Amino acid sequence: MTRRVTATAALALVAALVLLDVAGSAPMNPFQAPPLLALGSGEAAGGAHCAALPTAD
Amino acid sequence: MTDATLARPGRMGRGFQRTVLVAAVLAATFAVASTAGARYGLLLLIGLGFGITLEGLRFGFAGPWRAMIVRREPAGLLAQLAAIAAVAVVAIPLISENGTELVGAHAPVGFAMLGGAFVFGAAMQVVLGCGSGTLVNAGSGNPLGVLALPFFAIGSFAGAFHLTWWTELGTAPLVVLDGYGGVAMTLLGLSAVAAVILWLAAPGTRRVPRRLWLAAGLIAAFALANLIVAGQPWGVVYGLGLWAAKGAETLGVDLAASTFWSLPVNVERLEQSLLTDVTSLTNIGIIGGAFVVAAWRRGLSQPIPDLPLRAWAATVVAGFLLGYSSRLAFGCNVGAFFSGVSTGSLHGWAWFVMAFAGSWCGIRLRPALGIEGRP
Repeated sequence: MTRRVTATAALALVAALVLLDVAGSAPMNPFQAPPLLALGSGEAAGGAHCAALPTAD
Repeated sequence: MTDATLARPGRMGRGFQRTVLVAAVLAATFAVASTAGARYGLLLLIGLGFGITLEGLRFGFAGPWRAMIVRREPAGLLAQLAAIAAVAVVAIPLISENGTELVGAHAPVGFAMLGGAFVFGAAMQVVLGCGSGTLVNAGSGNPLGVLALPFFAIGSFAGAFHLTWWTELGTAPLVVLDGYGGVAMTLLGLSAVAAVILWLAAPGTRRVPRRLWLAAGLIAAFALANLIVAGQPWGVVYGLGLWAAKGAETLGVDLAASTFWSLPVNVERLEQSLLTDVTSLTNIGIIGGAFVVAAWRRGLSQPIPDLPLRAWAATVVAGFLLGYSSRLAFGCNVGAFFSGVSTGSLHGWAWFVMAFAGSWCGIRLRPALGIEGRP
């Protein structure tokens, strides 16, 4: 067996994850998406990051 | 190249195979941009850039730390410091002046944070893959990376589930080096580390190859692009935990029992698609980018190594520990070390010291676990 099998398995796993997620998540609307760049958008950063200390604020 | 597959009849022509790879990358980016929004398509491209650079130019974290500890070869670690310095010079002032639109990887130092970084350092040497490294290894078909990845995600989910319990053990106030003073202090710290490792380096190993300088420049450029596009620095661990959290929710796990997963920001992430989550998109891009490079170079024809059962078992345990410990440490080598230090967070420095000590222990664990022969 070669890495072709394991690499394909990894990609298939990611593809399955995305497809299942899209099917079960809130519908996306590209016309209500945030601006291309956060810098200069005037909007507060709203993503989640591993360094964020969990607080209710 | 002496790859035997080159002579194998019936295979797609190399040019056609590469055209398919490029077309697949462009199609995936277009699909995300048209379905979720242009920002998300761009983030997937940035992730692909990280993956192509990390795999294509062999820029990593776990391997260079091992090279420094085992053989006193500093080149890879020096390249990491150079990339961090390049990001810091731009990112720290940018965040200071645009504090609403941009946030740094700022987290407090605490008992659990320090312990988490130590365990992460040890575990990343066991599987020879850090946060980004596990994604790259999985994408390029390294069987240990493919096996470690789901357990990394489960560990990240579990660590986040328990995170508030751990932080209540003792957490210091947040310390951030900001403004131009913060840049100066960060550069001074990075220079001091570089001076120490150059002093410790084995004779004849102090030269950094051009490949690593190029990689450091590209990684810094992609990290800055990540910050400017997403409003937050490059990270890995949150996205993996989110993948497992969505799976757990589907299986009926009550996430309301977790302080972390019931916070509004995380509830929103659970409701929305992964294609609108910053770290999920860059993670997917890294896996895809590594796959593209491996397929481009025909590296996928490498045979799977014959490892003992305990090596696979160790990978499962280490994968889980990588995820769990990196949540307690407020990030992995990417979110805490690279992004923490380059955006002025003290916890990035504390992470570096503890994870390096953990790596020293992890290197000594590998022969005992059957992953490599004893010297």
